[in-house]
Amino acid sequence: MALDRWIGLILLGVCLAYGYAAWFTMDDNLAPFMKRNPIWPSTFPKVLSVLAIITSLIIVTGLEKSTPKDADIDYRRLLDYNVGQAILLLVLMVAYALCLRPLGFIFSTSAFLILGSVTLGERKWLVIVSTALIATFIVWYLVQEVLGIYMRPLPGFIGGWNV
Amino acid sequence: MFEGLLIGLQTALSVQNLLMVIGGCLIGTFIGMLPGLGPMSIIAIMIPVAISIGDPSAALILLAGVYYGAIFGGSTSSILLNAPGVAGTVASSFDGYPMAKKGKAGKALTIAAIASFAGGSIGALLLMIFAPALSSVALLFHSAEYFALMVVGLSAIAAFAGTGQVAKALLMTFVGLIMATVGEGALFNMPRFTMGIMDLQSGFGFITLAMAMFALPEALFLVLKPNKVEGGTDGEIKDLRISKSEAMAIAPVIGRQSLQGFFIGVLPGAGATIASFLGYAVERNIASKEEQEEFGKGSIKGLAAPETANNAACTGSFVPLLTLGIPGSGTTAILLGALIALNVTPGPRLMIDEPQIFWAVIMSMFIGNLVLLILNLPLIPYIAKVLSIPRNYLIPFILFFTLMGAYIGQNNATELLLLVGFGVCATALRFGDYPLAPLLIGFILGGMLEDNFSRSMQLYDGISFIWERPMTLGLLAIAALLVVLPSYRAQRARARSEGIADGD
Repeated sequence: MALDRWIGLILLGVCLAYGYAAWFTMDDNLAPFMKRNPIWPSTFPKVLSVLAIITSLIIVTGLEKSTPKDADIDYRRLLDYNVGQAILLLVLMVAYALCLRPLGFIFSTSAFLILGSVTLGERKWLVIVSTALIATFIVWYLVQEVLGIYMRPLPGFIGGWNV
Repeated sequence: MFEGLLIGLQTALSVQNLLMVIGGCLIGTFIGMLPGLGPMSIIAIMIPVAISIGDPSAALILLAGVYYGAIFGGSTSSILLNAPGVAGTVASSFDGYPMAKKGKAGKALTIAAIASFAGGSIGALLLMIFAPALSSVALLFHSAEYFALMVVGLSAIAAFAGTGQVAKALLMTFVGLIMATVGEGALFNMPRFTMGIMDLQSGFGFITLAMAMFALPEALFLVLKPNKVEGGTDGEIKDLRISKSEAMAIAPVIGRQSLQGFFIGVLPGAGATIASFLGYAVERNIASKEEQEEFGKGSIKGLAAPETANNAACTGSFVPLLTLGIPGSGTTAILLGALIALNVTPGPRLMIDEPQIFWAVIMSMFIGNLVLLILNLPLIPYIAKVLSIPRNYLIPFILFFTLMGAYIGQNNATELLLLVGFGVCATALRFGDYPLAPLLIGFILGGMLEDNFSRSMQLYDGISFIWERPMTLGLLAIAALLVVLPSYRAQRARARSEGIADGD
């Protein structure tokens, strides 16, 4: 089975769960007076779930045959590409998300930019570090002063204010 | 209308807004040139900036500038490197790149710039004429018709956006609509489908989703498969002038393609990409025999046609956005999301309630096109050097900007995890050849669609509004036709080619 039909199957599962929630569990805690309305909070989701389940069934059963086209990237040859780099970058993004608050903006961002370049194979350390630091400070200044959004610059234990 | 023009001119000519146009065009050109980054990613990245400006006209002017700047910049990399940065400029490389290889890169860039300028300006002129007319018709619409109109828009997008795979595009639209129902709806004041998670109470963030659908997968694709840019031209860009006979040759092409491109752009689902390919095909068909030979080998007509058409189509795609509040493409959907975030609801009332926004955007289009022409043309040789920015620096920055955008929008670190999660899902969907624009458009229209549906249900005490209002019924019939016809045609085409070659 091709990838697109597997995805269709996963989406079918999601739609079934959504449909179950819309048809069977959502109306339970609806106030009685609301039930006299022609439209309930669950009405639109009910319609959607039915339509979505039908279309995903069409894809899963292969009723509409997919015409393989020469996409710019072919998942069958995925291992020929730089998958490792891509996954490392995603891990870096998750790490950034988790570190942004506790470690402060300046440290997390410059570390992210430096490690990102290194992951991609750059080895000119001086250039990497200086562009990362300059960019970090510029963005921090813009966000903080121009846009007026507060971001804790330094780690909490050094003197970043508590938010 | 004259009054509106003056208001628009006054707003657009303020120092702040002039800076917005110039800045937007430059940023758009700059990023649009980088192969692999489309206008949607750039606009998604720019949204947090635009929203924090706070002034809706300035924000829309900035984003519109980025949009046509990106299309303009995309043509530069199409011509010089044969590596289109934007799907809408792929057709420009058919003739632009051969010209550059022959050493006429300067001439090709000039023709592209003039054609873009003319297409954009004529498009803006047409927008000025048609948008008010359409919005006065749209004022007669009730919520039932709005509901039906949105259904038409969504099904048109599904029918045209997919690569002949209507079911996939439709499923993506439904997934978008389903995602829009998560959180607390305006109509019912009760949380739905939040699974008890507090962070989902306000629904998914639109910026997060836009970044995750477009910017993140594009950056990941750049990592996965480094764009092999072969040689390109040797960088010498000189002789930007074009001769009088060449100008005479492309003038009628520009005239025809501005009109055609504009009207294709107005249609939902058909945007700059379709307009440019169709423009190229039409011009090749109506050219004389000798000129037809030239197409693909460096014909100036073959370059002018897609360049005019894609810019006119960009402008045309603003018509449904500004008059009906229904986006026809992924890019205008993102613009709609930005406007809603700024408390402006585009639609027929926009021209009456906030004429300065409407007219300022149109006026800024003229200014923007002029900026692109006079600012970018002399700068092109220098900007082209930027194309060699090492991706090792570029990609971490793109990823960082997507993270920053999602964070600024919601001020919430959970949003960043959602961004990465959705980004991975979106990449998988792209591997499976699922179109992502319908998902985002569905997500953005979902709230309004449900509101209008609910309102008509309440007015008519049931679904009888569908057959009691002829216009609603007619629109819904069109929507059904739009979905059924392409899949039927594809089915028949496949039946005909059955037995010749069938993969699996």
